[in-house]
Amino acid sequence: MENIYLLIVLAPLVGAILAGFLGGSLGRKGAHWVTSTGVGISAVLSLYVLKRFMFDDQEVFNGAVYTWMVSDGLHMEVGFLVDQLTAVMISVVTFVSFCVHIYTIGYMADDEHNWPKTSLAGKNSYQRFFSYISLFTFSMLMLVMANNFMQLFFGWEAVGLVSYLLIGFWSVRPTAIFANLKAFLVNRVGDFGFILGIAAVAMYFNSLDYHEVFAMAPSLADTQIQIWGDSSWSLMSLIGILLFIGAMGKSAQVPLHVWLPDSMEGPTPISALIHAATMVTAGIFMVARMSPLYELSETALTFVLVIGATTAFFTGLIGIVQNDIKRVVAYSTLSQLGYMMVALGVSAYAAGIFHLMTHAFFKALLFLAAGSVIIGMHHDQDIRNMGGVKKYMPITYWTSLVGSLALIGFPGFSGFFSKDAIIEAVHHSNIAGAGYAYVLVVAGVFVTALYSFRMFFLVFHGEGPRDEHAKAHLHESPKVVTIPLILLAIPSVIIGYMTIDAMLFGDWFKGVLYVLPEHDTLAAVQGMVHSSNGMLAHTYASVPFYLAMGGLFVAWYIYMKNPEIADKIKTMAAPLHTLLDKKYWFDEAYQFVFAGGSRLLGKFLWLAGDRGVIDGLAVNGSAFSVGWLAGIIRHLQSGYLYHYAIAMILGLTLMLGWFVFA
Amino acid sequence: MIELSDYLILGAILFAISVAGIFINRKNVIILLMCVELMLLAVNMNFVAFSHFLGDTVGQVFVFFILTVAAAEAAIGLAILVVLFRSKRSINVEDMDALRG
Amino acid sequence: MTFEKFIFYVLAAVLIISATMVITRKNPVHAALSLILAFVASSGIWLLAEAEFLAIVLVLVYVGAVMVLFLFVLMMLDIDVATLRAGFIKMLPLGILMAIAMAAELILVVGPENFGLDKFAAPARHAADYSNTEELGGVLYTVYMYPFEIAAVILLVAIIAAIGLTMRRRPDSKYLDPANQVVVKRKDRVRMVSMDAEKG
Repeated sequence: MENIYLLIVLAPLVGAILAGFLGGSLGRKGAHWVTSTGVGISAVLSLYVLKRFMFDDQEVFNGAVYTWMVSDGLHMEVGFLVDQLTAVMISVVTFVSFCVHIYTIGYMADDEHNWPKTSLAGKNSYQRFFSYISLFTFSMLMLVMANNFMQLFFGWEAVGLVSYLLIGFWSVRPTAIFANLKAFLVNRVGDFGFILGIAAVAMYFNSLDYHEVFAMAPSLADTQIQIWGDSSWSLMSLIGILLFIGAMGKSAQVPLHVWLPDSMEGPTPISALIHAATMVTAGIFMVARMSPLYELSETALTFVLVIGATTAFFTGLIGIVQNDIKRVVAYSTLSQLGYMMVALGVSAYAAGIFHLMTHAFFKALLFLAAGSVIIGMHHDQDIRNMGGVKKYMPITYWTSLVGSLALIGFPGFSGFFSKDAIIEAVHHSNIAGAGYAYVLVVAGVFVTALYSFRMFFLVFHGEGPRDEHAKAHLHESPKVVTIPLILLAIPSVIIGYMTIDAMLFGDWFKGVLYVLPEHDTLAAVQGMVHSSNGMLAHTYASVPFYLAMGGLFVAWYIYMKNPEIADKIKTMAAPLHTLLDKKYWFDEAYQFVFAGGSRLLGKFLWLAGDRGVIDGLAVNGSAFSVGWLAGIIRHLQSGYLYHYAIAMILGLTLMLGWFVFA
Repeated sequence: MIELSDYLILGAILFAISVAGIFINRKNVIILLMCVELMLLAVNMNFVAFSHFLGDTVGQVFVFFILTVAAAEAAIGLAILVVLFRSKRSINVEDMDALRG
Repeated sequence: MTFEKFIFYVLAAVLIISATMVITRKNPVHAALSLILAFVASSGIWLLAEAEFLAIVLVLVYVGAVMVLFLFVLMMLDIDVATLRAGFIKMLPLGILMAIAMAAELILVVGPENFGLDKFAAPARHAADYSNTEELGGVLYTVYMYPFEIAAVILLVAIIAAIGLTMRRRPDSKYLDPANQVVVKRKDRVRMVSMDAEKG
């Protein structure tokens, strides 16, 4: 099996290297074949691994494949931990990645138009893009298959790097460059916390290996440490919160969420793959993986819960007022990531991973469908210019409908099971902040339905595109685009029903995710609903269902039945609209405080540090002081013999005096 | 009785006077040479005194050598002075500034 | 105060005064003459310390040779005393300060508390037939034979160096080279010419 695991990781890497370095000679066709084949091999093998875990009682693999270095007992190695959680993650990652690879062939077909004729970066950009997404797949697999913190960090940073490269893929667009810089900087903030967390682990556990750390964790559960002053901190809370700060950056939680909507500047396939389905869920995966640590600190769990709930509701609200089709989906992603964090916060790790999985499918589907519409609209992304797309793009329409229903949690669709499980888990949680979180996640259901179907109705229903030229060219996307949509639509419908029994109510994650009995909210949920069918039967009594339907209805009423109301509401609730339209002024605040502050600091350092100290004191100052000193010393070197004689006598007298008096 | 310290103090005063001489006659090479002779005399005074009080003739032998070297030094010094005067038309130390950068 | 000590103080006073005159006289000739006086006075003091040979040598060598050399050089050179005296007053305070400081330091070391009679008792007087010269010679020509010879070589070197330094050829001066005069041959000076006698 070890060879299979290696092959899963290395196949996309080989594809990425070939397409990246030999892109010119491989040509476009060669590039997308080699990368898609690599990822395809990974996907098939991952599904095989998943199957072995599901049906053949596959042993958990935990071992090093390469030791990088051993320093003072601290092993730094490349190793794999493949258990049920990993199997789910690699299957999702490789499957979605494979779909995106195929989709990209269609989406990037006429990428030349996005580059100026003379642009050097535009040369072989098609091959480069495939190289990047394959490289991303490799990095993500390294991240989820890691069995130690160092490799986790490697994968963590590698996906961040690829994300940066892909957001700024169209490097001739200033907005893209701004967006990728922003993503990079915001992620640095998170990564700073993350690496501090890892450092704390290495410091107090003297190991980077997951199993060693998890085994030691209970013995250090009550450790108090002093960072500064006399205030003592719980070690577990500190590590949990520091690691979670990393997850906040990567999984775009408030207040580090600002980069994700802007990352939509990148091509749509990567919005689907990286900024919706996989990379942004790395934070969720990481917290779930660290469940033995998080379970030991209620403080950290509450922190996770509150941040998650805040993200889930308030970013969803922003989605209502957005007009860029991809940004609406992006805000929906933020909101759903918030839901996953909430699940982790109430110790329903399985529910979080479950939602991660279902979300990966339907959110990738929604993004790819949005991309399909964008292709049809000739890269016009404003939903106010769309409408009536239904009759031109039937496959896109139906797959979008499936995705949207899954997103709002329509009974039977995958999102229904995962989201309901989370809401129920929050309902049964006693942890601090659970009440706050419950209100927000339930209200969030209404918001989700509202923005999802607002977009859906505006895009697919109603009057046709206003632009006659666009209308004339509007047609269904090619097969390479629609086939991935269909491929993703299938799991979006059925995956929840199929797997909920095993993942949430079964013992799939037994021994992988660790939950203290007093935190076990899923067990409480299970006490009420016993299975997927039970959950479906329970629907009529669940508040979220009515809220989702209400949201759907309101969206239909406002945007289909009575469009004037939208404008009326807009004028009536102008301050609220402005608040949402400006996204709570996060960007402006960051621009002002951090960017402005940095520039102020930079200017200060430039003037005081660079010019004053380095140029003035160090460079010119040393030259000047040498000159000044030489000017003084020069008087000693007069060239007159009698000066030297006098100096000798003076020295003699002084030495004699020292000898006599000392 | 004359004490040893009397001789030594006399030598010290002689030495200090010649040091002062070097200071105040810093431009006149001839006087400087004379001051050097005075200094050697002060040193010799000490040797003679110690030789006398310790009953050891070796001190006087040393004075003998010093006298020899001082004579040689005076001869060469004056020779240099003559050559210098020939080329510079002066024995002013200030004019010996070939070392000045 | 014994007579001996009185003589010592008188000679010491003469020595110090003459040494001071050496460094303060305007005229270098006066300074040289004062230096001669200082040497004579110190040779008297050395006599008190029973270093008769050295006292005589000091007078013979210094007064008789070195100081005469000084005076000769002084007379040979056309010295502009005024420029050499420039800065004399300026440096005087510093010079005096320096001298006092150095003398004070030295006297602190060599003063009576370290080298007084109680530490170094006065040696017994030698008998009347004691010869300082003989004793010195006894040491000098036995134990210090080599250094003595080296000293002689040093003096020779000094003589050669002094001559070498000061000797110069003047192309414009009219002089006869005795060597050339000696080696001259008849044929250089006389040419024999045979010619017929005049007839009639």
